[in-house]
Amino acid sequence: MMLHPGLLLIAGGIAMTFVRGSARSALAVLLPALALFLVWQVGDGIFGRVAFLDYQLEFVRGDRLARVFATIFTLMALVGGVFALKQESRIEVPAAFVYAGSAVGAVFAGDLVTLFLFWELMAVGSTLVIWAAGASARAASMRYLMVHLFGGVVLMAGITGHVASGGSLTFEAMQADSLAHCLILVGFLINAGAPPFSAWLPDAYPEASWSGMVFLSAFTTKTAVYVLLRGFPGTEILIPIGLYMVFYGIVYAILENDMRRILAYSIINQVGFMVTGIGIGTEMALNGSAAHAFAHIIYKALLLMSAGAVLYRTGKRKCTDLGGLFQSMPLTTICGTIGALAISAFPLTSGFTTKSMISQSAANEHMMFIWLLLAAASAGVFLHAGIKFPWFVFFQKDSGMRPKDPPASMGWGMIAFSALCIGLGCYPDPLYAILPYPVDYQPYTGAHVVSQLQLLLFSGLAFFLLLNSLQRTLTITLDLDWFYRVLGPGLALGLAEGLANALAASGRGAAGLFSSIRTAIYRHYGPSGVLARTWLSGHMVLWVAILLLMYLVLFYLPD
Amino acid sequence: MLNQHLPILLVVVPLLAAPVIVLLRHSLPSWLMATVASIATLAIALQLHQQVVSEGVISYAIGNWPPPLGIEYRVDAANAFVAVIVALIGVFVMPYCRRGVAPEVRAEEHYLFYAMLMLCLSGLLGILLTGDAFNLFVFLEISSLATYVLIAMGRDRRALVASYQYLLMGTVGATLYVIGIGLLYLQTGTLNLADMALRLPTMGDPRATLAALAFITVGISLKIALFPLHLWLPNAYAYSPSAVSAFLAATATKVSIYVLMRYFFTIFGETVVFDARHTGVILLALSLAAMFIPAVVAIFQTDVKRLLAYSSVSQIGYITLGISLHSVGGLTAALAHLFNHALTKGGMFLVLGGVVLRLGGSALDRMAGLGRTMPIAAFAFVIGGLSLIGIPGTAGFVSKWYLVTAAMEEGQWWLAGAVMLSSMLAVIYVWRFVEMAYFRDPPEGHPPPGEAPLSLLLPALLMIAACVWFGLDASWSGGMARLAAEALAGGWK
Repeated sequence: MMLHPGLLLIAGGIAMTFVRGSARSALAVLLPALALFLVWQVGDGIFGRVAFLDYQLEFVRGDRLARVFATIFTLMALVGGVFALKQESRIEVPAAFVYAGSAVGAVFAGDLVTLFLFWELMAVGSTLVIWAAGASARAASMRYLMVHLFGGVVLMAGITGHVASGGSLTFEAMQADSLAHCLILVGFLINAGAPPFSAWLPDAYPEASWSGMVFLSAFTTKTAVYVLLRGFPGTEILIPIGLYMVFYGIVYAILENDMRRILAYSIINQVGFMVTGIGIGTEMALNGSAAHAFAHIIYKALLLMSAGAVLYRTGKRKCTDLGGLFQSMPLTTICGTIGALAISAFPLTSGFTTKSMISQSAANEHMMFIWLLLAAASAGVFLHAGIKFPWFVFFQKDSGMRPKDPPASMGWGMIAFSALCIGLGCYPDPLYAILPYPVDYQPYTGAHVVSQLQLLLFSGLAFFLLLNSLQRTLTITLDLDWFYRVLGPGLALGLAEGLANALAASGRGAAGLFSSIRTAIYRHYGPSGVLARTWLSGHMVLWVAILLLMYLVLFYLPD
Repeated sequence: MLNQHLPILLVVVPLLAAPVIVLLRHSLPSWLMATVASIATLAIALQLHQQVVSEGVISYAIGNWPPPLGIEYRVDAANAFVAVIVALIGVFVMPYCRRGVAPEVRAEEHYLFYAMLMLCLSGLLGILLTGDAFNLFVFLEISSLATYVLIAMGRDRRALVASYQYLLMGTVGATLYVIGIGLLYLQTGTLNLADMALRLPTMGDPRATLAALAFITVGISLKIALFPLHLWLPNAYAYSPSAVSAFLAATATKVSIYVLMRYFFTIFGETVVFDARHTGVILLALSLAAMFIPAVVAIFQTDVKRLLAYSSVSQIGYITLGISLHSVGGLTAALAHLFNHALTKGGMFLVLGGVVLRLGGSALDRMAGLGRTMPIAAFAFVIGGLSLIGIPGTAGFVSKWYLVTAAMEEGQWWLAGAVMLSSMLAVIYVWRFVEMAYFRDPPEGHPPPGEAPLSLLLPALLMIAACVWFGLDASWSGGMARLAAEALAGGWK
């Protein structure tokens, strides 16, 4: 057994914090390249058995499914590393490598404990990526960490329950039939951005830096897709959950004004497709989900790179502030448009050759209703991500700004992924060849191409007809994250206070209630509170007497 | 030849070191003597543990007076395990004392400090090894009296009050314990614990036994600082010298927990304590309260030492929760956490000691920008914090895993949930340090303090490293905890 590609990335990422200059740049490229090479040296079977507690851990399990995901993760780290060469934060890229490495580790994990170890490490790594963006991102990174630690808690409860009820530690397909398995499923789904926990994603990711969000878009949700693929294929509850995510993403993305929040909602929408495919559960659907995850990471990263390039040059995020950038940023415009076409599943792009497998498998299973919804959703994707993003950012009105194309390293990152988008669209066979199940699917049939073009054409028409009402004004949309952002950490008092202040304007009574809760907690738990004060010795002895009495009474009570 | 006398040597070596240190008087030789004695203690403890694991229970009759008449030292996998923990912490703390104590204790009192530390160590080890109920009380007093003096040596004047309060509470606890012993002696006519364990079941279930159980439980709970009897602890830990905080946090309460386990499982027996009475329910309720209430209090603390102290009260809740499950799994979890938490909290207090030395105080505000000014210490403290939370890869995770599994084995799903929720509270109070150390700028105008001297940093780092080590490879700590749990549950027969 040679080097573990995930551990290499993690160790290399930590080492990167100690070097600077060209050595650091070299590491940023060489590390993921070497990891990518190592991924393909992992044969089928189980390697690296380690004893931990009373269990045998299977540190690495190589098979086709794991390799697909590990490949795209390391590839993403490589291209992202190139794109982020100009990133000045000393922490972001190393954290992103730790994050990517733990995602690779999770994908190769042969048992639930190893999976959980990497799962938690992933949460830590991604939080660091967000907070490296600076002071404005810190509150968001903390909320993000809380959601993921909670997810980890649920997952761990599920795993221990599974083990305690005699289940094997090996990570293999299971049914959502017991409480333990349901908890595991919920833990997975929280990371996938499923309802009611979808809001963490658009809350936190857009706060990351111009390069940070490129990394963030790839790993957490896609690792969740992987574990669902492996753990819960064909679980029917996933179909409605996936469809909900699809439409949730579309609706909020259409309402949104911030270009990177649009793309964040569209991640949920795309993951919804994959989750639906996993719920359908046929070989073709599972292949479709895996292939879609592969292609999605590429084009979503591409879109976020172009958005990142715009942010890098202009410092602006809102659609209403942008526009007309095609005149001075031709490369970014072209690459962003290619990404937009790919996410809309335009023929000759990677979206077309992968996403259609999922809807085709719904059709094969005669799930007409689901097929219709997916078709409608494809039109919706074109609306919000395919046209809306490039139109408002690069064309539309002239904002008067004339920023240059970004530096060469960022340009190369975008070019590499643009080439892959088109390459996989024209010639998908190499991707099909590494999918978990044998592929018997021909994307380029006349009927398929024509129907897809019709769909896109009409939704494009709809976009320009409705342009006036889609024109974004300076608004913010309220989402469920409001509840945990504003209501949740009542313990963290500061936020409760903010809420109390906000409510004070509307109603004195409500404000009084909240501030009294706040003072009540603080009165009891604060430094001079009843529970934290230094007590007189007499009071302490009183407690002793009370406790003694309690024991005696309970002991003497006849049963 | 010498092997045969290991049980008594373990107690006598530090006990004799104390008067020798008083005779030596000077700071450096006293410290050397204390260090040598603590290293010897660890060697003996390890050897003893080895012997017990391979050969089974060792009974040692003091002065060749055969038990139950004479005083017996009785060593099994349980108390040998805890003795190793105590001796290990002693070895970690000793090299630290040389530089760490200098600014906190007056130079002419150094020899007294070391003598007291030796007495405390000897007392704690005596409590563990002795097989005699009254002898246990004597050692309890030896260790407690030494502790009161140690706490009072803190440079903060409030240390005196804290020590005085602890003295009052400790005496109340010891008194309750002696009353309990008296009741047991009246009935069984023996003070030998093993003998008592044999005779108690034949007595039926008279009320005096139950009264004894109640008195002993409350008395020992006071020494454990089990919520709500923890009120003495935060001040005692906060105002004593850093090395003493670290030593006490890692050993004193842990030894008392062992005593409680011994009485519950070996002397009275599970049937009397748990099956026929509601002890388990009370203990469970108190443990849950301990897991949550002090953790919330810790969140609001403005002083890091007090924060850690309240966190200790909260972590003790995990251990007693393991006891209240009254299964081998639960006991294993309790003992594993006893070990892991001793390493974690001891390590964190040691790191903090170095920081306090440089910054001149332990207020949270002073830690601003610590990630830049003292990067190694800040990082080590965060690792310790991760272990408190129970992040995988740290020792804290291992014990949490055991605890959750044990709760599930009993079918107590909601308890597993409670453990998890309570560790979310730990996230918040650890985060407060992280935020201060990494997100705030260091105060302007002061020269950066620089890392603590190596003699302080090294033991602290070693302990934090041990946290990670035992988080990654839990085969020794987990295996020994299980052996100890089986020894406790199996009785002394």
